[in-house]
Amino acid sequence: MSANSIIPAFPRMLEDESIYIMREVAAQFERPALLFSGGKDSITLVRLAQKAFWPGKIPFPLLHVDTGHNFPETIEFRDWLVRETGAELIVRYVQDSIDAGKVKEETGKYASRNVLQTVTLLDAIEEFKFDACIGGARRDEEKARAKERIFSVRDDFGQWDPKKQRPELFEMLNGKINIGENVRVFPISNWTELDVWTYIKEENMAIPSIYYTHKRQVIERDGMIWPYSDFLNTSEDEVPFEEIVRFRTVGDMTCTAAVASTANEIDDIIREILSAKISERGARMDDKRSEAAMEQRKKEGYF
Amino acid sequence: MDIVRIATAGSVDDGKSTLIGRLLYETNSITADKLEAIERASKRRGVDYTDLSLLTDGLIAEREQGITIDVAHIYFSTPTRKYIIADTPGHFEYTRNMITGASNAQVAIILIDARNGIVEQTHRHFYITQLLRIPYVVVCVNKMDLVNYAEEPFNQIRQQFEELFEKANYKEQSLQFIPASSLYGDNISTRSSQLDWYDGPSLLEFMEGIDWHASQNQLPARFPVQYVIRPKSDQWHDFRGFAGKLSSGTLSKGDTVVALPSLQESVIEDIFKFEESLNQAESGDSVVITLKDEIDISRGDMIVKKSEQPAALKEISAQVCWLDHTPLKAGKTYLLQHGSNRVKAKITNLYASINVLDYKTIDDVQEIGLNEIGYISLKTAKPVNADTYAANKRNGSFILIDEGSNSTVGVGFIG
Repeated sequence: MSANSIIPAFPRMLEDESIYIMREVAAQFERPALLFSGGKDSITLVRLAQKAFWPGKIPFPLLHVDTGHNFPETIEFRDWLVRETGAELIVRYVQDSIDAGKVKEETGKYASRNVLQTVTLLDAIEEFKFDACIGGARRDEEKARAKERIFSVRDDFGQWDPKKQRPELFEMLNGKINIGENVRVFPISNWTELDVWTYIKEENMAIPSIYYTHKRQVIERDGMIWPYSDFLNTSEDEVPFEEIVRFRTVGDMTCTAAVASTANEIDDIIREILSAKISERGARMDDKRSEAAMEQRKKEGYF
Repeated sequence: MDIVRIATAGSVDDGKSTLIGRLLYETNSITADKLEAIERASKRRGVDYTDLSLLTDGLIAEREQGITIDVAHIYFSTPTRKYIIADTPGHFEYTRNMITGASNAQVAIILIDARNGIVEQTHRHFYITQLLRIPYVVVCVNKMDLVNYAEEPFNQIRQQFEELFEKANYKEQSLQFIPASSLYGDNISTRSSQLDWYDGPSLLEFMEGIDWHASQNQLPARFPVQYVIRPKSDQWHDFRGFAGKLSSGTLSKGDTVVALPSLQESVIEDIFKFEESLNQAESGDSVVITLKDEIDISRGDMIVKKSEQPAALKEISAQVCWLDHTPLKAGKTYLLQHGSNRVKAKITNLYASINVLDYKTIDDVQEIGLNEIGYISLKTAKPVNADTYAANKRNGSFILIDEGSNSTVGVGFIG
């Protein structure tokens, strides 16, 4: 694709579907929460929730499981968004789970807190008795996610059983659960990465600055560009250098790779995606651990 | 930009995965790293071709056993349309999965191996497209390369299929026969010179051309209320809006409406899509409606035009497809979910089950088991404001929920 390629329109039917799902959550559950990471997908969820309940406020809190390894720009953005929307924010820290001895910090070059956050999340679900957690997962991201339902029932331990999924017919969603169970809800299941970006464009939404081009200290590892930070365990030959980069997906600083890019406008970002040779999750170390990495984490309660 | 939902069904042997892989590949919808991952995995498995089924078979158990368990959703797009494929397996719990995947589809692709012609599975596929009343069916006669791209086998299959269609109920269904080779990309996105005797569209050309929106808007308006919005803020002190997704028809400002089941009448004051006020909501729009009078409406109620009211049914006869391991039995009580409304329902009678291979009904059945289709009647605790499925899909279908397990155990099509 050339730099002049035409930017497709956002399919508006997707928004209608997602708003419908948001309203089903508010109506069918007593204590829902929206899992907020500060990435573009969860920012999109907040926008959809805002629209679904306007002129009322979003009738459920945002829950951020803070790994302590966030990009500072993400936290700054989160706090701004909460002020802007008047939504309630709950933060729970992975550090607290580590201090309480519930999880052990990983060691070595690829240490990250990505897996650890599942425990903090499950604890938060128990603490607040959340019966539904809204997440920004999309079916186009990964093979195991392609088979996930919109209302995905989890057992007492937050586990997903792919063989026991409820059939979802027409637009009817069944959120009835037994005591102890809870549901993960994925309102943007049917969106692709490109849909999220064209929506951000058409809605004129603000996103954290790290999605746009900037100068950053990075290291090179396994042919990818890693953001250099205190959280990253580096070896001696991994010498930080400055590079002009942006992030295509935003997770922790320890597991999100950057791409060399000068895109400083949303149209540039969309054109980059249109011509990309590598899929979005190709920049996520957490998925590369094994062929079935995502399914394994989901079974254990990851969202 | 429109969204087209496609249901594909069949086994790997029919070349279904290759067909999907082709569509993704030729519309530039698969990235290099995904393709490489599949190539790597194919080699590890010791096959000497790129096994595109690995693209859709996502679960560990599926890959270990070489089977597909569940419905996978696959996405591709062209400059004008976004396509969502619900890909369902050929063997394992087939009926349940295909009905689940295809319930929202506008197009079903039935794959037939040009060498084998119509097989048992074809009958099942076609029956489900009829039951669900999927408006467009593509009969894709695949592997034409293995019959030397000859016209004769294609014509034979076409003729057999048309005979099948003669016996079917839903005659408005549009059938399109396309000869193709997904392995070589003949007639998938572009027309093939190998098949110059065929003068119809390629598969993608056909799907780019279909249109069904207009027909949804022409149906009577059905607005199931999902949620009542009452901000109680200073700015919106008296605001009382009814949020929902218009399941069919159109609603306009000034329309005289009634709320069901209360039958109270009012006039539409405003229609909001977020901050924007609309003159008219169309089928599929998620909106908030305000009324001129303060009448009692809550979740599960339905707003309809006064002039186009659905029946208030307490006794329903329906065709059901059973989705659960525990069979349906007469006398049992379930929760019936119809749109946003849930009521208790008791199965009063179980008439027959259907053999999908020859459409013969089997009378005198005691139960309807997993993957079986049957005729039942049931009685509801409160009236359900429904149409027949033939008249209005969204307002003519329901699911049954088991009150013990809370699972969705059946789907019904009101007759």
